[in-house]
Amino acid sequence: MSDLLTYAYAVVRNAEGLREATAPLRGVAESPVSLLTDTGDDQLGLAVSHVPGQDFQEDALKQHLEDLEWLEAVARAHHGVIEALGERTTVLPLRLATVYLDDNRAREVLEAGRTMFAGRLARLSEHVEWGVKIYVESSAALAEPTVPAADLTPGRAYLRNRRQQQSVRDTVYQAAQKAAERVEAAGRRHASDRVRHRVQQGLLADAAGAVGENVVNDAYLVPLKRCDGFLADVAHAADGLDGVRVEATGPWAPYSFAMPLDESGGAAAAEGAPP
Amino acid sequence: MTEPLANRLGSYPSRSAPPYAQGSSANLADILERVLDKGIVIAGDIQINLLDIELLTIKLRLLVASVDKAKEMGIDWWEHDPSLSSRSRGEQSLAEENRRLRAEIDAIRQANALPEKEEAPQDTGRRRRGSARDE
Repeated sequence: MSDLLTYAYAVVRNAEGLREATAPLRGVAESPVSLLTDTGDDQLGLAVSHVPGQDFQEDALKQHLEDLEWLEAVARAHHGVIEALGERTTVLPLRLATVYLDDNRAREVLEAGRTMFAGRLARLSEHVEWGVKIYVESSAALAEPTVPAADLTPGRAYLRNRRQQQSVRDTVYQAAQKAAERVEAAGRRHASDRVRHRVQQGLLADAAGAVGENVVNDAYLVPLKRCDGFLADVAHAADGLDGVRVEATGPWAPYSFAMPLDESGGAAAAEGAPP
Repeated sequence: MTEPLANRLGSYPSRSAPPYAQGSSANLADILERVLDKGIVIAGDIQINLLDIELLTIKLRLLVASVDKAKEMGIDWWEHDPSLSSRSRGEQSLAEENRRLRAEIDAIRQANALPEKEEAPQDTGRRRRGSARDE
């Protein structure tokens, strides 16, 4: 046993049948997930599983985290457990790779933070997170047909094409701005909070099949009973706007709203205009 | 108060009928930005050096976020990291290695007072003027 460590996934609000529902779950390294509860009133739980020490001791962990394949496997397992728990109760997702020497140490941390955890869970209760991304489809800027320019010199024709492309691009970004305003309005109508994420560009975003340039990447904390309205508004945010695509992902466990307000860069801190 | 979430999720529109249904199909970039950057941070027993995590996050951001923004922030080391850039294996690193080797050869020559017959005359002169300035 001494070569096993306790990997923690999420603090959860305990609920009837939750322990039984947790039992079949498999987490990081295919390890069975169990629920540690606080010794007090049994209101909080910490979802954990036992992972091999040789992979999660400091040095090994540091090396593994740089290995995208290993990281992907752990990230997906971590996310899978949180997602499954989120179907049954309110979850407070922990940052990846929160590891304790044993279950007793993990339970101590749960009990030491119980007031804070309970407060966070109360805020997240009956809420889910939706991701909203806005893309500018780059092809839209180039697909615009140009007027045949028989009467122009090649140089003038080139300059005119460039101007036209530039003007189409400006129009597309203005349309994206308009879509962003509509999404924000939907958020004000339905959501409890919002955080901005960094826009996704680069290899991972391309690998995910994203088409176009991601210009807005936000997360909204939405009460369960407002999800329909929020999604309907978001679905219409790009109506009548050429070259702009709005994509909603979710529902997610409330990852982006797990940190206390003053550290999460919540709605108040993120009111700036979108790029 | 502890009504299971699954029951409440029954009111979802049909298109999201299976709640949290993204499962393995969820986009890795979306998952990583959440599990690495979001989620509550509580101290674990296994301490990971924060600097390392920051470095990891920066590396991932180069995959997830904009390379141009990283450059604006003065971060350009990926250009020298062979796992991230094909350029670093090309002429850049060769030129760098060439410079280093030349400097080493120069240092050895000076230390052992080797004859400099391979050097062009003006090069020799320049180095002599250089060492004279140093004195």
